[in-house]
Amino acid sequence: MSDISPPHFRAATEEPPLARWALIGIAALGLAVLVFAPLIVVFAEALAKGWLAAVKSLGNRDALSAIRLTLTIAAIAVPLNAAFGIAAAWFITKFDFRGKAFLITLIDLPFSVSPVVAGLCIVLMFGANSWMGGWLVANGYPIVFALPGIALATMFVTFPFVARELIPVMIEQGRAEEEAALTLGASGWRIFRTVTLPNIRWALLYGVLLCNARAMGEFGAVAVVSGKIRGQTATMPITIEMMYNEYLSVAAFSLAAVLTALALITLLLKALLEHRHAGDLAAARRH
Amino acid sequence: MHIEIDEISKTFGTTAALHPVSLAIPSGALVALLGPSGSGKTTLLRILGGLEFPTSGRVLFDGQDATGLTVQQRRAGFVFQSYALFRHMTVFENIAYGLKARPRASRPPRAEIARRVQKLLELIQLPDIGARFPSQLSGGQRQRVALARALAIEPRMLLLDEPFGALDAKVRKELRQGLRDIHDETGLTTVFVTHDQDEAMELADLVVVMSGSQSGGRIEQIGKPQDIRARPATPFVRDFISA
Repeated sequence: MSDISPPHFRAATEEPPLARWALIGIAALGLAVLVFAPLIVVFAEALAKGWLAAVKSLGNRDALSAIRLTLTIAAIAVPLNAAFGIAAAWFITKFDFRGKAFLITLIDLPFSVSPVVAGLCIVLMFGANSWMGGWLVANGYPIVFALPGIALATMFVTFPFVARELIPVMIEQGRAEEEAALTLGASGWRIFRTVTLPNIRWALLYGVLLCNARAMGEFGAVAVVSGKIRGQTATMPITIEMMYNEYLSVAAFSLAAVLTALALITLLLKALLEHRHAGDLAAARRH
Repeated sequence: MHIEIDEISKTFGTTAALHPVSLAIPSGALVALLGPSGSGKTTLLRILGGLEFPTSGRVLFDGQDATGLTVQQRRAGFVFQSYALFRHMTVFENIAYGLKARPRASRPPRAEIARRVQKLLELIQLPDIGARFPSQLSGGQRQRVALARALAIEPRMLLLDEPFGALDAKVRKELRQGLRDIHDETGLTTVFVTHDQDEAMELADLVVVMSGSQSGGRIEQIGKPQDIRARPATPFVRDFISA
């Protein structure tokens, strides 16, 4: 009996080969048409008139100012949203209180509200015609058509990313380790630093990277609040649109390529970290 | 340390978890809170440890009112049901955590911490696992590390929530003796929660049988194991221990 070779079994959940290849094919085609082709086109258009033209168009004062502004906005919005996201996730997962479900819905609000509407809200609240905006402008702190407004709009749109990544992880991990640290005499801040933060670091990193990618790419909300002042309040996406509308296609696509490259670097960073710390990640899940 | 529970009750929202219960635990005793799920035994243990606060009633440690003390002030060594070891720290770091968390003035120097951790590892008979992570340990080893971590803070009492619940039968028997030995060696007042009557009867000096109801958990009988076996006070106790 023992020398009978096992027949070729198919797992109960395995599809027949034809179905398998059809599904893989559809997925690959979708990726190619919707994701890879546009990416290639962006870089191809940027380099349509050669490297020199592309690089030269990036040296343009407006393009440089747009890059600087976008990086500044990301540097403001991402850390603040990371802090807010951690605070919100901590609050939601470690405490029981009335209205919790409502708060979670509220955190998701920026996902469902159109960015343009969000931008309009900021204009209505802080614009020169509102009482708050009027006072701020009179005292030399304009919000709308200036950097603070763009930062606010970007933060609104990217608010859910960090909290959304953290909440499920923190719910799954429960409160037991924090409680253990409490019984061992640790203070709240020490527990956060030595127990909570290390346990959520991967989810946090992932949320921050997503938040960063979105913060750099935000168009709609920023378009409304920035006033699109060339060289001053025009971020990279806004500048790209303006250049494109002016038939400066090499300049537009060169800047688009830079923006894409920034996003790709973000993704690469994430993949690299995942690869390097695969062991840690698996250990954290296994336990 | 002598522990006194004076008319403690607890409700969570509209759910009653504990009907007012009273209980005196003599210093140095090994006590089992025995009962089915929903009898409030874990809630009572968490109230002792300061992880929950009672809706009414008082807790006294050595005659002093401890009801308002924070978890940190109580210095109760707590072993959690699933052990709650810090997963990103080594066994050494887990055990040293409570000592390192002390305010600077009372924190032992590094070498002293290392010495104490090593002593605790020897106490739990796992002297060589300091460098491992919790995910690399067996269930029984994790339980013993959790015990060592709780003992590291030089607790005033030891509280254990279903300490053997997650282990298979053979390991469970071994570790029962382990807990008994550690209790006898340290002389700490020890309270553990269990739903397993054999465990309670075999290990404890004093068994507290609890039952659950709509109006919250209550204490059915307090006594030495042989007395409870010989003279169950209520029909519930008779049913529960003969099951």
